[in-house]
Amino acid sequence: MYKIVKKRFLTPTICLMDVDAPRMAKSAQPGQFLIVRTHDKGERIPLTVCDYNREEGTVTIVTQIVGASSRQICHLNEGDSFTDFAGPLGQPSEFIHMSDSDLAGKRYLFIAGGLGTAPVYPQVKYLHSRGVEVDVIIGAKSSSLLILENEMRSICRNLYICTDDGSYGEKGLVTDVMRKLASKGERYDMGVAIGPMIMMKFATITAKEIGLPLIVSLNTLMVDGTGMCGACRVTVGGKTKFACVDGPEFDAYLVDFDEAMRRQGMYRKIEEEADHKCKIGLN
Amino acid sequence: MRNKISRVPVREQDPKLRASNFEEVCYGYNDEEAMLEASRCLGCKNPGCVKACPVSIQVPQFIYEVEQGNFAKAAGIIAADSSLPAVCGRVCPQESQCEGSCILGVKGEPVAIGKLERFVADRARKDGIKFTERLPSNGIKVAVVGSGPAGLACATDLAKMGYDVTIFEVLHEPGGVLQYGIPEFRLPKEEVVKYEINSVRDLGVKIETNVFVGRTVTVDNLLDKEGFKAVFIGSGAGLPKFMGIPGENLNGVVSANEFLTRSNLMRAFDPEYDTPIYVGKRVAVVGGGNVAMDAARTALRLGADVSIIYRRTEKELPARVEEVHHAKEEGITFHMLSNPVEIFGDEKGWVRSVKCQRMELGEPDQSGRRSPVPVEGSYFDLEVDVVIMSLGTSPNPLIASTTPGLNTNKYNCIVADEWGATSRAGVFAGGDAVTGAATVILAMGSGRAAAKKIDEYIKGLN
Repeated sequence: MYKIVKKRFLTPTICLMDVDAPRMAKSAQPGQFLIVRTHDKGERIPLTVCDYNREEGTVTIVTQIVGASSRQICHLNEGDSFTDFAGPLGQPSEFIHMSDSDLAGKRYLFIAGGLGTAPVYPQVKYLHSRGVEVDVIIGAKSSSLLILENEMRSICRNLYICTDDGSYGEKGLVTDVMRKLASKGERYDMGVAIGPMIMMKFATITAKEIGLPLIVSLNTLMVDGTGMCGACRVTVGGKTKFACVDGPEFDAYLVDFDEAMRRQGMYRKIEEEADHKCKIGLN
Repeated sequence: MRNKISRVPVREQDPKLRASNFEEVCYGYNDEEAMLEASRCLGCKNPGCVKACPVSIQVPQFIYEVEQGNFAKAAGIIAADSSLPAVCGRVCPQESQCEGSCILGVKGEPVAIGKLERFVADRARKDGIKFTERLPSNGIKVAVVGSGPAGLACATDLAKMGYDVTIFEVLHEPGGVLQYGIPEFRLPKEEVVKYEINSVRDLGVKIETNVFVGRTVTVDNLLDKEGFKAVFIGSGAGLPKFMGIPGENLNGVVSANEFLTRSNLMRAFDPEYDTPIYVGKRVAVVGGGNVAMDAARTALRLGADVSIIYRRTEKELPARVEEVHHAKEEGITFHMLSNPVEIFGDEKGWVRSVKCQRMELGEPDQSGRRSPVPVEGSYFDLEVDVVIMSLGTSPNPLIASTTPGLNTNKYNCIVADEWGATSRAGVFAGGDAVTGAATVILAMGSGRAAAKKIDEYIKGLN
């Protein structure tokens, strides 16, 4: 069992948890993910690694309530335990393999959409610790869904915030900010976009327009998360890849986003039916 | 003179009934049936069945005890060589191993060794008989990667020799393919798999789940930092193959691994569990192995109309005869000499049909089976909404790629000799991780061989 040692709500629907998982805390790297189960009959739910504390043996996850399974996670309290907490899974971000001389003078732009801010955080933190200059764009639907603003501000050079409804920061989409930065003459060696599939699709289109090389992290369907099932297949550069073991990060220019979005919705109908348990006994 | 009766038939659940439930198909023998069947064994002085068994179970000896009604004694004889008798009695391809070498099989029907093994194991379980004899602990730590048949067999033998064994398993339930691959109706999880794994635990073996060796911890860390003197890798062959044909990433195309993992490990067939499974109305399963039969029969039980597409003829089907027979009884259609060439989808990207090409048999290939040759211009469409690809699996390259100096071949299989020794001192391997997808019992055999070698290796260190 994996005990929740700290829990706090970042927004009314998004919660952050530090979970006691010493083995994983020792080996987790930016870019990786993990799988949790909340009870014996529960699903295996993939979540990104938001942070890790090697000394204290904890791993941080951030979850937004969107369906039955994520609700089960957010309903757990400090002192409760996850039945299973497996990982880290997937390839770490490519830059962790880069030497100091490779990284010297490089400029990174991170583009975080909504909950995607959580997996962006450890990457920025890591690059910051190695002295790399990082700018971050966070986009959210509204101010009430904005997370980790202060944490991010303390580790990046410039933080740009935009909301769809203009309730905080600039009104607009992350792609608007990307274009604005490009037109101001800001140049980056590499961009990393993490967020909803549709946001990553349009960030990629914009990145191509402004000539920004881009990495995306794909949150596909998964069962085991170890290469066994193939539910996470994505087409990258015309070839089928498994997001769980070949990714989750890929060269954004090569990803077939339309297929990825279609595949992501494969169980939507079944899940919606399962999530909606009729209270007046119609089913 | 031995009893010259014909083979005692085994009782099974009615095909019509079982086609819509997940309860076990085969009921197994009762005491009388088992003793009667046991009386057919000739008790050969030089028994072919023992040689043909990858873990060398003393078959005539245990069958003799069954005939005498000494069921506990029979269980003890099997336990000396196998920690998973209730599993193997159910899933071994006996026709090509012990029973295939039975002298009675030359002119008639071989002794039902598999059914007798199962009977003995089931009877011992019901009687609460356990075999936990082991040498006193020597305090030496050995790590086993993977809790499937290879790892369990290796861990069992090492524990009996006195080693302090920890198995690392990446999934949340131990058992490997016994847990995620083989369906409930062929191998009950709670009653059989969990029980036999607990018997391994009773020998003192620890099982740590949710540990992905290669990611959570590396083989080198186990050896250098955690004090393990040797590591056995029995991580299986879990990576599914696809055909590479157009339409394969449409919604509704899944690997047999995914389909079976959802139903077996995640128990999606049971509405009490959260994991969803999409079955559709009409399912095509591509392939002819045991896994294809398992996927087809699972889809059938979940309410679909199921057909199997196989590129050779029934004679070449790699599945166990019993599985093919059961699949047919349950109403699965076989499209032989057919091979999918493209999958078509509807406007929303869901599978609509699969286009197949007719095949004919040509010259024998490397496997000795006649190879299928496409018949030019001969195609047919099968209207389906789910396609399950069951084309075999290959080992996950992760462990090898994170263990410097551990050699693999071009199929990502770890290179090891017949005793499991790899290119790295102290690192041993066996089962599907070495051979590619094979059987439960072959994996167990290689786990046992490696246990012996690991013992020699560790003794040589001092």
